[in-house]
Order: sequence, then C-alpha cells, then structure tokens
Amino acid sequence: MAIPVTIRVQTEDFDVSTELKQLSANDKTVGALVSFVGLVRDINEGQSIQAMTLEHYPGMTEKALHEIVQAAQQRWPLQGVTIIHRIGDLLPSDQIVLVITASRHRHAAFESADFLMDFLKSKAPFWKKENTPEGSRWVDARESDEVALARWNNAHAL
Amino acid sequence: MLVRYFASLREQLGCDSEQINSSATTVEQLISELSQRGELWQQLLADNSRLQIAVNQAIARRNSPLQPEDEVAFFPPVTGG
Repeated sequence: MAIPVTIRVQTEDFDVSTELKQLSANDKTVGALVSFVGLVRDINEGQSIQAMTLEHYPGMTEKALHEIVQAAQQRWPLQGVTIIHRIGDLLPSDQIVLVITASRHRHAAFESADFLMDFLKSKAPFWKKENTPEGSRWVDARESDEVALARWNNAHAL
Repeated sequence: MLVRYFASLREQLGCDSEQINSSATTVEQLISELSQRGELWQQLLADNSRLQIAVNQAIARRNSPLQPEDEVAFFPPVTGG
C-alpha cells in the first residue's frame, strides 16, 4: 500500500508542527508520530562554528532518500514518512534536518526514525562546510556514523 | 560522458562538471584516464581510498561498468544530517 512520503531538499526553514499535522491528517489509524530535528551546533571538534554551508547532489539526493524510506518500510509497518533537509547557508541553532515517521504504535515509529537518520547520515549525498574563526573547512565523515549504520544489519531483535 | 565533482573534490580540482569523450568501460579506467592530467588528479582520484563514486546517481564502485552516455560523480564521504 502506498503511504504518504514527503521528501524535500530546500533552502527555506520548516515548521515541525505543520509537518506533524500534515503527516497524520488523512489517516485516523496513526497512533504514533516521532519527529527528529537536527540543529546546527556552534561548536564542532573543539572549534567554534560561525556558519555552515550545505551542498548536495541534486537528483541523486532525492533518489537516495526515497531508497532509504523504502528500506524502512520493509522493516516497519509505517503509515507515513516526511524527510526535509536544508541546503545552503545556515547558522548555529538553525534547523537542518527533519525526519517524521507515522505508525500505529510507537516502537515502529521510534525505531524507524532512528534508522532513517542513520542511513541519511551515511548514504545521502550532502556535504557540510563550516566557517570557523580560522577559515572554512569541509566536515570529515565520522567513523561513528558507520558504526551506527552497521548495528541495523545485526538488529534481528527489531 | 558527464563527469561531476562535489564538495572538497570540486574545490580542489577546480571543476564542478565536464563533458568528456572517454572510451572507459569501467569506473577504474575513467579514473586512470583522469589521473593522467597530473599529480593532483592522481592523488584525489586514483590514490584516494576514501573516494566515493556514483554512476547515473546511484552508488557505484571502481569496478562498475560504464556506458558512453553515463553520468559519473566523484565525491568525498557524505556528511549530511
């Protein structure tokens, strides 16, 4: 069954409560909505961050995100997914990413939101460049993101 | 063949995309061709163990096959979210 899936890559900010309402608006069987919002921090690896620029690969990004959602749908009985990722220039405290999952029950919603974020961080073609007092630098991929991803391959209990 | 570069690779190579005539039938062959442009290309493509590759906007590997009309992208590990 096709469920509502919204995937947007945009420079504009998003409103979490609007997106939450929208995802469950037409389905009275939704009993759980879980949202994750990622924010720009003002410090990373000991350096203060004045601003950040996000680049992506138009076309491939949307495709990768749809594949990630399909993978989540195969694991959990989901009734809707929203993913919004911002690009362009962002400042500390700005919202950068939103993931919402809708399901009948909370466990599927919690776990799939966690899964979607882990996959997004390792598979979707976005790159962050930070502006620090010492100049700008591209953010390095973290080993911990790969570790986070690997746990889903072994998670038979889920 | 359309070749695209993203993020730090785009900046370091000074190129975001280019249309090239290549007879490469694998990504590895394309990387070898491009790496003949000089040390920087060699270092950032052929010798780069963290190099990420996409063919027609899907994740690929060095041994992935190529067709003349393919879109190939090279980029560093992703850092979104």
